[in-house]
Amino acid sequence: MGLSVPPGRSSSVTVDPPSQEGWVTTRLEFLVNWARANSLWPMPFGTACCAIEFMATAASRFDLARFGMERMSFSPRQADVLICAGRVPFKLAPVLRRIYQQMPQPKWVISMGACASTGGMFDNYAVVQGIDTIVPVDVYVPGCPPRPEALMHGIMMLQKKVMAERSLGRQQYEEIVVDPTSKLYIPPSRIDELSEPFGNSVHQTRSAP
Amino acid sequence: MSVVLPGAALGPAAPAPATPRAIAHRGGPANPSAATLAARFPADVVRHEVIWGDTIVWIRAGAARDIVRWLRDDAGERYDYLVDITAVEHRDALRPLEMVWQLRSLPYRRFLRLKAELDPAGALEVPSLVPCYGSADWLEREVFDMFGIRFEGHPDLRRILMWEGYAEGHPLRKDFPLRGRLSRAEQLSRALAANPEARYSMEELTVADAFHELPEEMKRRLAAERRGGGE
Repeated sequence: MGLSVPPGRSSSVTVDPPSQEGWVTTRLEFLVNWARANSLWPMPFGTACCAIEFMATAASRFDLARFGMERMSFSPRQADVLICAGRVPFKLAPVLRRIYQQMPQPKWVISMGACASTGGMFDNYAVVQGIDTIVPVDVYVPGCPPRPEALMHGIMMLQKKVMAERSLGRQQYEEIVVDPTSKLYIPPSRIDELSEPFGNSVHQTRSAP
Repeated sequence: MSVVLPGAALGPAAPAPATPRAIAHRGGPANPSAATLAARFPADVVRHEVIWGDTIVWIRAGAARDIVRWLRDDAGERYDYLVDITAVEHRDALRPLEMVWQLRSLPYRRFLRLKAELDPAGALEVPSLVPCYGSADWLEREVFDMFGIRFEGHPDLRRILMWEGYAEGHPLRKDFPLRGRLSRAEQLSRALAANPEARYSMEELTVADAFHELPEEMKRRLAAERRGGGE
């Protein structure tokens, strides 16, 4: 997914070799998407055995850094991808929803494993039957738990999706506004709770601009 | 606070601990505490039996705290470690609920299991062990949450696994349907409406200002700092 393209294939990038000036022309949207897709910062939301596989994916053998994802963000304010690895009990549902709302746009969600995607074998009183009932999901990774290869395949699918998006459209940087009468609505004051300034910016505690 | 070495009360002549072999299903040597307990509390100890080498003493539920306190303090017993508190409901609807207390005497290297029968149609109330063992606090909260057994004298009896305000009952009871009583959509919308901070204690709430969302009764209890236990 780099900028260089084999000769003879059409590309969004035009290199001008004769000038030897070292500049390229491209569409801004392509460039923005390319940068986004290759530096997705994951927010790991690990609740069960899928999180162990996720750790293996991030470790040296499978090396998530190859996809620009080695920077785990444990603050939702600086994350791009929410990777929900494991079953989510009903008690955790409002927490997951709030973490999703605390992430700034643009944001994506990977549902890792059978439990996060469907509830898995835990068809009982305590477990949410698929996190897509709480947050919008972009990629579902099947498996119980998925092998690291499967998660990486899901990540590459997400990268393809990011590359195909209209990166300059309004919906990519405007916060999602939830209908206040909806059950999913969390007041901004509560979204901002417990999300202290982190890193080099003090403006990340805000729920919306 | 003093360090208790395992087997300290047995003396230097005691045999080294060994893994028991060829344990009979029923019968075999009983824990000597069972006999002393029956002699000390003749009205409250019902019977005892030995199953797979473990001694089980059946007691009257109302006497649990007195018996456990005596077992903890008596110089010949010294059950200084509360291993677990749990309960059993059998599939046979005619059998009563059972309360289970698992005790360990570190100085004497003994395990003792106390059981008490509770009438499912009755009040389901047993004395709390929090005045004897501080660790009974969360164990009893779990039994209350899962079975609905109330612990008289518990300083802070509220749900621990399910959230505060969970309305579907006590999940480990046999009459509780596996998927709960409400529809999935209703369960999810109620769960999403819950405030995750609203079930924490006063100390924990110093970081999350959700005190005003607690139930009134809990607010009064926390404001009076009637929380925690032990002597």
